[in-house]
Amino acid sequence: MKNILELNNVNVSFHTFAGEVKAVRGVSLHLEKGESLAIVGESGSGKSVTSKTIMRLLPEKTSEIKEGEILFEGRDLTKLSNREMEKIRGSEISMIFQDPMTSLNPTMTVGKQIMEGLRKHQNLSKNEAKERAINLLKLVGIPNPEIRIGEYPHQFSGGMRQRVVIAIALACNPKVLIADEPTTALDVTIQAQILDLMRDLQQKTGTAIILITHDLGVVANLSQRVAVMYGGTIVETGTTDEVFYNPKHPYTWGLLSSMPKLNTNDKELLAIPGTPPNLLNPPKGCPFAARCPYAMQVCVDHMPDASDVTSTHKAACWLLDERAPKVEPPEAALVGGAR
Amino acid sequence: MAVVEREKLLEVKNLKKHFNVGKNAVLKAVDDVSFDIYKGETLGLVGESGCGKSTTGRTIIRLYEATAGNVSYEGVDVHGKKSKKELKSFNRKMQMIFQDPYASLNPRMTIKDIIAEGIDIHGLAKNDKERMERVYELLETVGLNRAHASRYPHEFSGGQRQRIGIARALAVDPDFIIADEPISALDVSIQAQVVNLMMKLQKERGLTYLFIAHDLSMVKHISDRVGVMYLGNIVELAESDELYEEPLHPYTQALLSAIPVPDPEVERSRERIILEGDIPSPISPPSGCRFRTRCPHAMDVCASAVPKWQEAREGHWVACHLYDNDLNNENKQ
Repeated sequence: MKNILELNNVNVSFHTFAGEVKAVRGVSLHLEKGESLAIVGESGSGKSVTSKTIMRLLPEKTSEIKEGEILFEGRDLTKLSNREMEKIRGSEISMIFQDPMTSLNPTMTVGKQIMEGLRKHQNLSKNEAKERAINLLKLVGIPNPEIRIGEYPHQFSGGMRQRVVIAIALACNPKVLIADEPTTALDVTIQAQILDLMRDLQQKTGTAIILITHDLGVVANLSQRVAVMYGGTIVETGTTDEVFYNPKHPYTWGLLSSMPKLNTNDKELLAIPGTPPNLLNPPKGCPFAARCPYAMQVCVDHMPDASDVTSTHKAACWLLDERAPKVEPPEAALVGGAR
Repeated sequence: MAVVEREKLLEVKNLKKHFNVGKNAVLKAVDDVSFDIYKGETLGLVGESGCGKSTTGRTIIRLYEATAGNVSYEGVDVHGKKSKKELKSFNRKMQMIFQDPYASLNPRMTIKDIIAEGIDIHGLAKNDKERMERVYELLETVGLNRAHASRYPHEFSGGQRQRIGIARALAVDPDFIIADEPISALDVSIQAQVVNLMMKLQKERGLTYLFIAHDLSMVKHISDRVGVMYLGNIVELAESDELYEEPLHPYTQALLSAIPVPDPEVERSRERIILEGDIPSPISPPSGCRFRTRCPHAMDVCASAVPKWQEAREGHWVACHLYDNDLNNENKQ
């Protein structure tokens, strides 16, 4: 089987005092063995909720998977009991969080935190686990691992802490690694180190990566495929080249053109006017319609289906319908043209 | 560029800001920084966290008392002793926009009171009607509307809050605004809105900005000149195009090469300069050049002597031994 992970029409809602927030609405995704897929979007687009849904990390009392299935090697994760899920979480699918400061336990030595998963999932003895933990620290580029293994998180710098988090995530050789904004809290020069490390590790271990980010630069650096999320839905998906060089959805155009480019000198950035939709009361039609300069009546009334651009490239936009007027993306969105 | 003819608005000379961090330890957050800001320009200040860029901004506006050195605004010393009245008139000329739009607005005040606080303090409105008119005008200037005036901060999104922060800064008609990471808490599409607004206001009102940020591509976009800071020092300062096209300092080069570009082809083919290690602690910085511990070109002299701040090319200043002419001549002989 080629697809290691497959999401089919997943809907997730949160129950709040104000009502039901439909954070993820009909997301379908697939992840192939050993590939890296990026999910891009702004805050509130549902990208983190999607990843937490896969890991079943959402609060049980207030959230609900309303519909859809998440197939991991053919097993539907939404139907597993908590006990069964615990066996997968951290061993077959693991996760790296944004802030290494809060995702490590400050009262436990780094070594103990790495060994925790190894002892639980792989039944290693203490000494075996320790040896493996030292090797892992070496793998993620931490000098003097024999000494550092006995230190606490506060004795590490931000970049080093994120390396420790990566070591923990990779401890049990997971098949899928979900990285939720792994470099957002880091400085650019440290970010470059971590991205380098992740690319290197992916080649060595063959782990499939889901990268969640809002930074298109990081996507271009690390991923083979991209899914662009907006208002709880996937608006465009394709290989990185397709989405960057031949974007089809106006939101993708907006994202690409609102970033200043180092090699051009445009005086004004093309900003996307307005703000993202409120998912407490999501719009009936396309979620981007209210901010879209090309919006038509049909966009407001009906949600567009994903149409195929190529066999790997899909976009959910009425402009791709054969009856729609032909619209060219704004010049600022053409990444290739800027070179 | 005719740098020489332009009028200096702000002059920062050998500015130092040290913090006592207990047990005779001193954290040198800003250590001997000098630069000028000309009227109507935007000076960008970039660097990684802990490099002292925010402290520099805060010391300039007198939120922190300077340890040494001076800042003069239109020839007047900012840090000198001032009567309340003098301080007040000075505060009107210089304003600040803060990073976190969630923390910088008082949650218990309505938007109109937040914006009008400066107007009230400086007595810029004769009566309530005039006060409200100014508030409405400011709200419209920053792209909000009248109806927003009586709401509270929690009712607004991050981008809208940052607009309120800008309106508050503009309320007293300042000439100079220090923007400390004004967009880093915002989403990409909203960042562009706020940057466009700031540039529009600058054109309309002839404002001068000190724009502090860690996002180099945004800084390049908005700034006329850019200074790069590392561990309390400015290591390079130049026109923004020049700095990005021909960075001289090894740190600037590494910083520029580390930014991921949203272009897969470029990313695949690019050779990165990846710096080793982390930023040293500013409590005990390395001797000589502070960057030497991570610098790929470090020489013996870098450990012993602090590099001079010199003009390597016209308008392009750098502090690095690689561009030290005396030294290079010696080496040739």
